[in-house]
Amino acid sequence: MKIHEYQAKEVVSKYGATVPQGFVAKTVDEALEAAKKLPGDVCVVKAQIHAGGRGKGGGVKVSKGLGEVKENAEAILGMQLVTKQTGPEGQLVKTLLIEEGMDIKKELYFSVLTDRGTQKVVLIASTEGGMNIEEVAEETPEKILKEFVDPALGLRPFQCQRLAYGLGLDKFDPKLVRQASAFFMNLYNAFMAKDCSMLEINPVVITGDNRILALDCKMSFDDSSLFRQKDIVELRDFDEEDPSEVEASKFDLNFIKLDGNIGCMVNGAGLAMATMDIIQHYGSSPANFLDVGGTATEERVEAAFKLITKDPNVKAILINIFGGIVRCDVIAGGVVEAFKKVDMSIPVVVRLQGTNAEKAADIIKDSGLSDKIIMIPGFADAAKKAVEVAQG
Amino acid sequence: MSIFVDKNTKILVQGITGSQGALHARACKEYCDTQIVAGVTPGKGGMDHEGTPVFNTVRDAVETTGANCSMIFVPPPFCGDAILEAIEAEVDLVIAITEGVPVKDMITVAQALRGSKTRLIGPNCPGIITPGECKIGIMPGFIHKQGEIGVVSRSGTLTYEAVDQLTKVGLGQSTCIGIGGDPINGTNFIDCLKAFQDDDQTKGIVMIGEIGGTAEEEAAEFAQEYVKKPIVSFICGKTAPPGRRMGHAGAIVAGGKGTAASKIETLESCGISVAPTPAAIGETMSKVMS
Repeated sequence: MKIHEYQAKEVVSKYGATVPQGFVAKTVDEALEAAKKLPGDVCVVKAQIHAGGRGKGGGVKVSKGLGEVKENAEAILGMQLVTKQTGPEGQLVKTLLIEEGMDIKKELYFSVLTDRGTQKVVLIASTEGGMNIEEVAEETPEKILKEFVDPALGLRPFQCQRLAYGLGLDKFDPKLVRQASAFFMNLYNAFMAKDCSMLEINPVVITGDNRILALDCKMSFDDSSLFRQKDIVELRDFDEEDPSEVEASKFDLNFIKLDGNIGCMVNGAGLAMATMDIIQHYGSSPANFLDVGGTATEERVEAAFKLITKDPNVKAILINIFGGIVRCDVIAGGVVEAFKKVDMSIPVVVRLQGTNAEKAADIIKDSGLSDKIIMIPGFADAAKKAVEVAQG
Repeated sequence: MSIFVDKNTKILVQGITGSQGALHARACKEYCDTQIVAGVTPGKGGMDHEGTPVFNTVRDAVETTGANCSMIFVPPPFCGDAILEAIEAEVDLVIAITEGVPVKDMITVAQALRGSKTRLIGPNCPGIITPGECKIGIMPGFIHKQGEIGVVSRSGTLTYEAVDQLTKVGLGQSTCIGIGGDPINGTNFIDCLKAFQDDDQTKGIVMIGEIGGTAEEEAAEFAQEYVKKPIVSFICGKTAPPGRRMGHAGAIVAGGKGTAASKIETLESCGISVAPTPAAIGETMSKVMS
């Protein structure tokens, strides 16, 4: 789960990390009020959407004086902000963060995340602030500093200091080392306390008067830990998610919308990905990723059907179930029920293998729908058939 | 021979009185008389669950029954602690089926595993089966056949698919292991490849990977050095959009890393045969073995 920049800044500042002063605005008037409360006459108007690359898309504007604040707030609020992460349709901007302008002397990069290889939390820092960190790591790996956290010891102060010296902060001002170390420690504490999967500050800035602040803040959370992060769950913004994915989550369905024309319903994430891949192998493309999970009930199958058929691009549906815990007859029952309730004008190819596959075949045969439901036992044959019928 | 488990493995089930625990403990017992010797549910010690004695703690269960393996069905919020309890009781092998264990809890578990005598498989996995000997997990037993192919995979149902294909082309399996779809897990591909190489019964290996992380690449490089037996692989997630988690917590292409294309390239460059589609895993193995 992701949250907005302004929310992330509120979270980290509770753990003592310094952020610029700022206020949230939902209207142009609120933006003007916010600007008046800020020190200095330069402020920054920042679009609040989850996707990155906002600046390049025109969603972040430095504004001098209230006139410019008004002009920029008007332009950004309500715009469909297109960035490299939003897709061509962009994301509607409903909220702004109005923040004090900063006298920036140096931009740095800092993040905390879980390293899969070492199975530890790692702090990453670089002097190359404001850049795409993956590119920095690729081209100049020596500019990436890392500190791994021993789970038994936690992050130690000397590690934070080592990062600060590594970034050359003592050359700006020796006092900055202590300040930066505390800043890194506070961010690590927020990461751990809130079960983050990633906390990224890009850039961290050093101001003219030698203060260290988080100019941007991206936070995402481990979905498996949300049960113990109730306050974070409240920050979820459904407008930032695809409506069909929000609907799917109500039924505990793992659903990701894609842009192809074959709807997929599969049990298990690996088999679901493999099904998408085989569709592409035979020359078409999947309309979605959908894992109905290990305890697929008839209601969930029906909900899955409704989700898939809502997408006008879908020209055929491929159901691929390998029954282990999930019994094929339950899935078949769900498919038959859904057919009765959902107006099904597109062809459905069903492949059921594993537990109770024969019983499932009988259910579909006896349902009187065998002209609409094409049963094919082979994985490859079923995929080929779905591609064929989707072409009409 | 087989790897990690056989008919002598004595299993305790943490969470045996829950619905999933009860269901699968029963199914495991029914498969070739797999030895389910104990259950653990705090507060239910002394109870008899379908003929299996229940204990309050893992230590009690181990001391009384001599169990050397634990299968865990404890709900996600408590699963990390359940694994730690099994490690502390020095159980040789822990198989955590539970999906959705917090990553932070797994970092603690990973730390506890270092230097311990316990091997962890999972979490978020289907378990392990040595066909004809014992089944410790949630996989459908009937699709398996005793034989010479070792199977290791990050997935559940895709593993069943591969096993079914192998059985249908007449290739039985020595041991099949699902190592789980989480970003932080216990046993990894390399551990399994090494064990399969060292196992006399195993003559060929199927390794099923997916997008996210670099475990497959590391395994391929290890295999090139160490494994003399033929390996067939399949990597799913070619069509997965970057930055999205594909069901499994660990299946995500992040920052351009962990794509199917880069994994397949590394596997092939290390001499591993990659099946062109998920429907051709059995067929590819059959060709390689003949």
